Amino acid sequence: MKDNTYAAVMARKNEIMKKSVGIDYDAFESGGIAFDYEKMMAETGYTLDEVFAIQESVAVGQTPIIELKNLTALARKVSKTGQAARIFVKDEACNPSGSFKARRAACAVYHAKRMGYKGVIAATSGNYGAAVASNAAKHGLKCIVVQECYDSKKVGQPEILEKQRACEAMGAEVIQLSVGPELFYKFLMLLEETGYFNASLYTPFGIAGIETLGAEIATQFRAKFNRLPDIVLATQAGGGNVTGTARGLIKAGAGSVKVYGASVDLSGLHMASDTAFNRKSFTTGHSGFGIPFATWPDRSDVPRNAARSLRYLDRYLLVKQGEVFYITEALSALEGLERGPAGNTSVTAAFALAQEMTDDRMILVQETEYTGAGKHQMPQLSFAKANGIEVLFGDPETEIAGVNIVLPSDPSLIKARDFDLNKARKSYIKNCLNNYGYGANDKDVRGIYDADIAFLAEETKADMAFVKEVFKEIKGI
Amino acid sequence: MIIKKGMWVQIRDTVLAAGERAPQVPDDTKKVPLLMWVKGYLCHDAQIGEACQITTVTGRVVRGVLEDVEPAYTHGFGAYVPELDAVRRQVKDILGY
Repeated sequence: MKDNTYAAVMARKNEIMKKSVGIDYDAFESGGIAFDYEKMMAETGYTLDEVFAIQESVAVGQTPIIELKNLTALARKVSKTGQAARIFVKDEACNPSGSFKARRAACAVYHAKRMGYKGVIAATSGNYGAAVASNAAKHGLKCIVVQECYDSKKVGQPEILEKQRACEAMGAEVIQLSVGPELFYKFLMLLEETGYFNASLYTPFGIAGIETLGAEIATQFRAKFNRLPDIVLATQAGGGNVTGTARGLIKAGAGSVKVYGASVDLSGLHMASDTAFNRKSFTTGHSGFGIPFATWPDRSDVPRNAARSLRYLDRYLLVKQGEVFYITEALSALEGLERGPAGNTSVTAAFALAQEMTDDRMILVQETEYTGAGKHQMPQLSFAKANGIEVLFGDPETEIAGVNIVLPSDPSLIKARDFDLNKARKSYIKNCLNNYGYGANDKDVRGIYDADIAFLAEETKADMAFVKEVFKEIKGI
Repeated sequence: MIIKKGMWVQIRDTVLAAGERAPQVPDDTKKVPLLMWVKGYLCHDAQIGEACQITTVTGRVVRGVLEDVEPAYTHGFGAYVPELDAVRRQVKDILGY
């Protein structure tokens, strides 16, 4: 009989992972900080053309781009200069399971089927669960979704409850858990018990699935406007959205397009806290995932995360919960487009960002998500109120996550706040040093190989001088 | 009340007791167990609150305490939120719509 204590299962992690994703990650390791990211993506993922074909076969992708003319008009009304860039969204809610996650799941589930797995398992409280369930249904595979769903009193966010319903509607078994990172322990035991494929969000298959999104943006803009957007904005949580989109843009010859990430600012709330769990109104797309995953991507459920957002981010912006709810309502009122709040995080950042730009510029927000019971500004705000969160009008700058939600008293108060990317880069480098040690001569930065320094420069979209500078700062050498 | 074998039910189980939580978990979470809820078809007659077995849609047999029968989805659109109406009116006013 297997030892299923927490410590024993966690100790078997690598062995379980290897079997459940079918990737030998060791083949890409250098033995130090560096690993061969591009080789991993090329050898274990799918080419862009293959992904297009896989997605077409399950009616995923090729979503329309919609110009938000009235939202742009509103931005120009409140802009200090009277000007604002044109705002567009790629309406990813049109995918079968209602979000861009269908792209990731299409690849992962296709791969599972091809490799002969009988079923797939995903650990997610997001739209990815429904996406995996949807694709598993199409391929006739069994599906289990492991979801952090409730606090210990069995109270759950209406948004998560809806996502759970969607998974079950498409035939998945949903394992609903109370708050805690030990979800991973249960997830590992399920992988071991069933022998199913780990449809992790962070495998090369999953990320390859998003590359089509970036490539479609380039193709659609060239066809319609004979140019590329100036900025593509992607909501940042685990980092896959930014990574896949940016890689797709590059593959489509559109690497000049700036890629910005945006998250809802939930600073001050502990993500593993039982009591804080229902005091936040966003369960994904927030800084509680976005910052930790940017600064330490290998915290994910696979040995090497294919989602590495710092490689691609040009700016990282934070918006407040009240601002996103405001823009979500404005989207319905002005554009006749009802979409889920979490997916509108980047629309909110775009509304503020557009005002820094002139009328002739273009911003493309690369996703929307479906809305409906539970996953909508009304139930989410009334749930917040029922949990003692004050909902008021004022300056969103005064919003304190977990205490209040401040809807802007005027749309001119909506801001996109820069999260200092250099701070994130430094934090990532520090995490690498802490996790892998300091090279041959431990505690001595001079033991780090040049290859590791070059790798860290690539990982942080910086140069080797920057990395060396950070080493100096950390170790004083 | 006896719940009949074959009924669609929800069970609860404790994955980790309060004392077994992972070291990195914050203190408030350490004080409570890690709980799990799963749905499936009841393998035998049982009463609410009793230990039982279910077969899930993937065919797994899972043990737990019987908690609910034919559990409903009760999430909806919540209470009316007047603040959202105010947002709607404001953005239309600014654009003169």
